[in-house]
Amino acid sequence: MALDAKIPEGPMDQKWANYKDHVKLVSPANKRKLEIIVVGTGLAGASAAATLAELGYKVKSFCFQDSPRRAHSIAAQGGINAAKNYQNDGDSVYRLFYETEKGGDFRSREANTYRLAQVSNNIIDQCVAQGVPFAREYGGVLANRSFGGTQVQRTFYAAGQTGQQLLLGAYGALERQVALGNVTMYSRHEMHDIVKIDGKARGIIARNLVTGKLERHFGHAVLICSGGYGNVFYLSTNAMGSNVTAAWKSHKKGAFFANPCYTQIHPTCIPVTGDHQSKLTLMSESLRNDGRIWVPKKKDDNRKPKDIPEDERDYYLERRYPAFGNLGPRDVTSRAAKERCDAGYGVGTTKKAVYLDFADAIKRYGKTEAHKRGLSNASENEIEVLGKSVVKEKYGNLFAMYEKITDENPYEVPMRIYPAVHYTMGGLWVDYELMTTVQGLYCLGEANFSDHGANRLGASALMQGLADGYFVIPYTLGNYMSGEIRTPAIPTTHPAFEEAENAVKERIEKLMNIKGNESVDSFHKRLGHIMWEKSGMARNEKGLTEAIEEIKALRKEFWENVRIPGGILEMNPELDKAGRVADFLELGELICRDALNRRESCGGHFREESQTPDGEAQRIDDEFSYVAAWEYTPEGEVLNKEQLTFDLVQPSQRSYK
Amino acid sequence: MNLTLKVWRQKNAETKGKFETFDVKNISSEMSFLEMFDVLNERLINEGKDPVAFDHDCREGICGACSMYIDGRAHGPWQKNTVCQLHMRAYKEGDTIVVEPWRSVAFPVIKDLMVDRKAFDRIIEAGGYISVNTGNAPDANDILVDRAKSEEAFDSAACIGCGACVAACPNGSAMLFVSAKVSQLALLPQGKPEKISRVLNMVDQMDKEGFGNCGNIYNCEAECPKGISVENIARMNREFLGASLSSEIQKRPVRVVDPMNEQG
Repeated sequence: MALDAKIPEGPMDQKWANYKDHVKLVSPANKRKLEIIVVGTGLAGASAAATLAELGYKVKSFCFQDSPRRAHSIAAQGGINAAKNYQNDGDSVYRLFYETEKGGDFRSREANTYRLAQVSNNIIDQCVAQGVPFAREYGGVLANRSFGGTQVQRTFYAAGQTGQQLLLGAYGALERQVALGNVTMYSRHEMHDIVKIDGKARGIIARNLVTGKLERHFGHAVLICSGGYGNVFYLSTNAMGSNVTAAWKSHKKGAFFANPCYTQIHPTCIPVTGDHQSKLTLMSESLRNDGRIWVPKKKDDNRKPKDIPEDERDYYLERRYPAFGNLGPRDVTSRAAKERCDAGYGVGTTKKAVYLDFADAIKRYGKTEAHKRGLSNASENEIEVLGKSVVKEKYGNLFAMYEKITDENPYEVPMRIYPAVHYTMGGLWVDYELMTTVQGLYCLGEANFSDHGANRLGASALMQGLADGYFVIPYTLGNYMSGEIRTPAIPTTHPAFEEAENAVKERIEKLMNIKGNESVDSFHKRLGHIMWEKSGMARNEKGLTEAIEEIKALRKEFWENVRIPGGILEMNPELDKAGRVADFLELGELICRDALNRRESCGGHFREESQTPDGEAQRIDDEFSYVAAWEYTPEGEVLNKEQLTFDLVQPSQRSYK
Repeated sequence: MNLTLKVWRQKNAETKGKFETFDVKNISSEMSFLEMFDVLNERLINEGKDPVAFDHDCREGICGACSMYIDGRAHGPWQKNTVCQLHMRAYKEGDTIVVEPWRSVAFPVIKDLMVDRKAFDRIIEAGGYISVNTGNAPDANDILVDRAKSEEAFDSAACIGCGACVAACPNGSAMLFVSAKVSQLALLPQGKPEKISRVLNMVDQMDKEGFGNCGNIYNCEAECPKGISVENIARMNREFLGASLSSEIQKRPVRVVDPMNEQG
């Protein structure tokens, strides 16, 4: 199938304006008759559902959590980018676009990324109007900070809880529409399949997780806003319930899955302590503004960090990347940590950790504070106390979280950190309008593939989720809906609903009837182990080939031996998990296939066979400058390619040196 | 370490619950409290028994899903903490731990330790937002906001909606939750236009849901994982009183004034 990205004509900076000027509209009287299903209530889903309801559409919103406010966007810490240039430091829409494109290792679609940068400013305006309490300067204006992979200060933030505040803003907007009767909210519901009629998405089959009953829901269009698939690795910074099911079911109903191998390993997470570990906790990238990353220069150095003198420390990021230092992009920074630990310089009990040290920042801030207060002869101790108070104001909640988990005080000893799975750049293929390869089926936010290429820069996920929901889909959906004004709501007694519901029912019964000997979690852990070892931070042909076979075998074993207690028509968290893990067992194989196909290194995808002499990722543009969009067929996954073209930027070897 | 757990088991909202006792063995002090439950559930599954149902999601203290009442304390023994961030080093060999769901008439039990907190969503529906449609916003720096006020608003906005305040309160009051949202929006210039209707409607909904009144006991503040201050309750009371006495009340979309019964 030829993929048409439907990129509008005109110069790059005019495309979105041209599109909006000419896109078909739906009259208010017709919007009232059109129904939209939104799956997921994170930043993308909540903002889309609220905005479409404000426009007058009838919206049904679904989430598996007990409240839409708990979607995992809530956990995003650091911030959200926008090209406001409030700091007068040379930022612009073009620069935000360029750095996002470069940060993604030139593997994203220019037109989408450019539009993202264009609407970024509107997002900040909207959120402030909603009462999002962003950090401010004493003069009352908004504050900004730096984030990895950029050289300007364009990140807006609310302490270390930016995602929480943005989501609560969108959640408020959503609940307002619920109160007005424009949105019907279905919490503790999970989407189990898409219903297609005459090639168009016309609804979903959802399971009420409290009663276990299956429900049929009609929509003129369906929006998948269900987040990323990082939990295919079992251990990740995602929430326990984060899953790929909605996207994967869409894939099996005809939506192509693009670049599944582009997975982001975040450099600053709290290291694993043991087999009991159920998830990993991120320490915001913003910490790299003030924290310096180092390991001992000596192998297997077991001294305490404070006993290691300055000249015996290797600040390896500052050494290797003097231009960006500790503020390099995530993929580069993660690999550098792995390189040091693999070479035997790791710290902590497991030796799979590096130090993130705030001692210098505490001194620096302490001196400034002392100066501000006119203390010309402040003692070292006074400076330290003052410095700690500044660091606490900036990162207090993160330091407290670290201490709770590790029982170590990061004001006194450096944090120990190690990379962990965090975000997935791959996802359902969408065109410029965010429509998948299924008519009427859209995909927004982390669940789609479009804006971040092979690596996402920090503070860009929140930007993309809200861009898609607040400012893109309200326009692009009209183009499709204008053709649907003559379609009356289709009754859910239609055979297509019946057939889809029966298939879902059969699958659930099949899972329950296995009655094997191994728990769902146990299978999930085994899958995660394969993925992390063979399709993690570094990949090679041998490992990926083995992984594909291992996952196939594991999947077979799962369907013969999984044990799910309880019944179907009741609250049964084990059954919920089983359905998700069954989908991860299919997705895992596709990730490895995609990684095997892409014999180049780019962004978060590092193929050991393709690196520069100094160990950096080596792209092969002639061969791989395309989006790999996988098509599900009964015979297996088929590769389709969307060739990437570059009008504004010239792909180059990415350098942060 | 080896521990004894007394856990509330309840099949669903319709049936009666009871405590069930479990011995858990070889628990590492590095585990989180929920990971200890993972270990227990893995064992129950292997024994062919029903695992303990509990709400949890982010496991990093921010989503507000986890909700266990442990030895008479909402979220357990640590201050400013959620259950998911409680670690087993808080316990010692041989301890007996009693684990219950949130207890409140407004939070019916769904199963075991899982409760229904939709009442909180309905209170937000009543006015916990600023009515600004997407696209209506002026430039973000057009309205300057006093930094101290902004920080105060942020402190109120840190609420994660977990319901610990309700569980900790002998009256089952939701005043801390409601006042945190009322305060956040009352402190910001953007929230001013709706301040009268917001506080009246949210308090009205809170009462309808069956939450109790504030008795100035302050258990809510002591148990709040995000350290939301009871000053918010005082602020809400002032806002409420001011709004109730306001001459503008008749001109606002206030639910307590029933338009069907208005004279005129």
